[in-house]
Amino acid sequence: MAGRTLSRDPFSVIVTGVGGQGNVTASRLIASMLVAKGYVVTVGETFGASQRGGSVMSHVRISACHTYSPQVPKCRADVVVSLEPTETIRVLASYGHPETRCVVNDRPVYPVRVIAGEVEYPGIEEIDRTIAGLCRAHVMIGATSEALRLGNPVLQNVIMIGALQATGLVPFTRADFEGLVSAEMAPATAELNLEAFDAGVRLAEQAMGGKAW
Amino acid sequence: MTDLMEVAEGTRCLLMGNAAIARGALEAGVSVAAGYPGTPSSEIIENLSRVADRAGLHVRWAVNEKVAAEVAAAASFAGLRSICTMKQNGMHVASDFLLHLTGTGVRAGMAVIVCEDPGALSSQNEADARFFARMLEVPLLEPGDFQEAKDMTRWALELSEELKTFVILRSVTRMSHASGTVTLGALSGNGKKAYFECTGSLLDFQRGPMITGPGAVTYARTVQQGRLRQASRMFDQSPFNSYTGSLEPRLLVVSSSACALYAREAIEILGAWDRVGLLKLGTTWPLPEQLVLRHLAGAGEVLVVEEPQDFLEDAVKVLAAEQASIAGAKVFYGKRSGHVPPAGELNCDVVIGALARILGVNYEPAPKDYADRALAATFTAPGRELTFCAGCPHRASFYCLHNALALKGKNGFVCGDVGCYTMGILPAGFEVVKTAFCMGSGIGLASGFGKLGAFGFDQPVVAVCGDSTFFHAAMPALVDAVHHEADVMLVVLDNSGTAMTGFQPHPGIGEDASGKRARPMDIEAICRAMGAKVVVCDPFEVEGTERTLLSMLEESGPRVAILRQECALSPHKRAGKRFKIRVDEAACIGSRCGCNRMCTRVFRCPGLFWDARAKVARIDEVICTGCGVCASVCPSGAIRKEEAG
Repeated sequence: MAGRTLSRDPFSVIVTGVGGQGNVTASRLIASMLVAKGYVVTVGETFGASQRGGSVMSHVRISACHTYSPQVPKCRADVVVSLEPTETIRVLASYGHPETRCVVNDRPVYPVRVIAGEVEYPGIEEIDRTIAGLCRAHVMIGATSEALRLGNPVLQNVIMIGALQATGLVPFTRADFEGLVSAEMAPATAELNLEAFDAGVRLAEQAMGGKAW
Repeated sequence: MTDLMEVAEGTRCLLMGNAAIARGALEAGVSVAAGYPGTPSSEIIENLSRVADRAGLHVRWAVNEKVAAEVAAAASFAGLRSICTMKQNGMHVASDFLLHLTGTGVRAGMAVIVCEDPGALSSQNEADARFFARMLEVPLLEPGDFQEAKDMTRWALELSEELKTFVILRSVTRMSHASGTVTLGALSGNGKKAYFECTGSLLDFQRGPMITGPGAVTYARTVQQGRLRQASRMFDQSPFNSYTGSLEPRLLVVSSSACALYAREAIEILGAWDRVGLLKLGTTWPLPEQLVLRHLAGAGEVLVVEEPQDFLEDAVKVLAAEQASIAGAKVFYGKRSGHVPPAGELNCDVVIGALARILGVNYEPAPKDYADRALAATFTAPGRELTFCAGCPHRASFYCLHNALALKGKNGFVCGDVGCYTMGILPAGFEVVKTAFCMGSGIGLASGFGKLGAFGFDQPVVAVCGDSTFFHAAMPALVDAVHHEADVMLVVLDNSGTAMTGFQPHPGIGEDASGKRARPMDIEAICRAMGAKVVVCDPFEVEGTERTLLSMLEESGPRVAILRQECALSPHKRAGKRFKIRVDEAACIGSRCGCNRMCTRVFRCPGLFWDARAKVARIDEVICTGCGVCASVCPSGAIRKEEAG
């Protein structure tokens, strides 16, 4: 049964970022793969302010048996997938615990007050240290730069899904992803998404340096 | 995305709550669906509009919620099942018609689907629409998960048809905008011929005219109250009401909707199933009285978990008081006792807090030192204030409006309205908006301010509204302003769609909900026909727009300026950038410029940022949409735009 591959039930993943980065799509792709594998999945999303510069979170609750609420209770996130570095910290403060693992994109999206020069955005090394101090393990990759190399920044979310798969924390495989995109996308788009997924796997494996989580 | 017509009975899939509601309507054989966009309800109509042709539906974005309810009722009168959809405050708009609709009842099933936003995540209120069920005397259903969102929508239409009254189905953001696992049922065809039978006698609402009137009110209310008594008996047997826990728990938790999911998880996390039972209700008005009474009698104490108001708590307490000899004396916990917050959205942790307090247990979600370190760390992450998207025409419009008002002087202000542009209250809109209430109330208030001249009032008054809001509720207020010669300027921020809620068409657009050609209404011609002076500008032409707005401010009487530029997120614009923008670093003089960095400090478009180290403005290529407005904003001409080709 599917449940045996979950280290906790419910297993909770939070996908976070800033409006427009594609994290809602990312969480739905992850959830769809898991539903196809027989899990009962709930995805909670925040809309509305999301596309207008706000922080955006999707909560993915995975269980072998029950529909869980679309909001992860405090300090119960097992994995945080973050498309924006400082958003990782914000999510950990509310939902993290000492055993949480994080997969982080290193590309900042500056808040308006940073753009305006009113407050400073922390250096990436400082962010990396802060995240390290708040979780069991984390990996930081250049998903946006890789997406730009592949020709479109929107692919950053799929690169992050690939990186998540490489950590082995959530029970889905490359074949699951391939099945999903080939069913839902035009062949050329599916091919590009698969390329992005593989890039994410590669980047995460390099960053993890062969160590298993 | 799941195609709601393609997936077969028995398929297990991931559906958004609103998609599940749409599928439930299809499984019930719905023929007509009408709504007005509003978060979190919009995706029900969107999902149905995508399959309208194949399913043989009439799907409509109505001009407002009241018309949506009337459109749905007409279908029901003609023998077709129908739904209308709205967000919580839409219920207040529709309620006048719905109040009267209880005077006749309905024929084919009709469900009013209201999606609420507890915590006002994307609203300016957290109205609890459930009270309308009590006020209007109609049944109320509340799905408690995604499967139920589908199944109860189907049942709502069947129940409505059986009881001959419309039924309210109530969802919340965490159901409508969340997604979950749903097993699909069979689709029903809807191929009935529509016919409105009206030859029967007065008061024969199944065959005669559908008329409410002074002589019929007492009769109609008596009939309606009989339907509610029948509903209560049916609800006692409903599978959507369920109980988990021991027969005589120390504490009975009564809950519904998403709150029931929080309650179940809270009891699980505290390991309290030995002491606590959960009565999850799917039918909350009228109460399934015998069922609730049975559980009240067996319980020691009672906690009601609901949001945003104490609707269920009141009903359960009234029942317990009426039936005190059966229920026994109970201690009640809930909003009135202070165990559940009286305002705002609930979540699992809030319920854990209430349970822990009642049961006298301690709960620490994480080790104390971790919580302290995590909290301290958040101070390194700069907060995110809301702003308009990069390339949003509203930023340019408010920039022009701000400058025109500043040049005009006399402390002019803007009466805001409902849409993305409500953010005109924030620095993103240069804080020009000074009132913000409901749909259409910007011009309504401005029309009032505009007649205060006799009392010495001399401030320039501007109202803003979006193009969809113009049709929804601003038109009657503009009629009033013109009729009374109010001294006011209405600025229509026309971005060619209902942008805030996901770009739904409205009467000004040449297509309907399902993409068919529709006759577009011309806002400019409407305003001229009313007798207002009208100008049209493109806010991306900053200098010209500012000049025009200022000269309009110099005039008196009712005036309309239409600032027309498509939303940056519109499908046409997402394809490419009009301009390639770059900063000429040699020409950028940073903090020594005009107003100390006009571009990043004042204009604050997310596509620009201030590189503090190099002391120059820069363009973020990933975010910039190439609208070119910042080139007009830079006083030293350092921001250059070239046609992107």
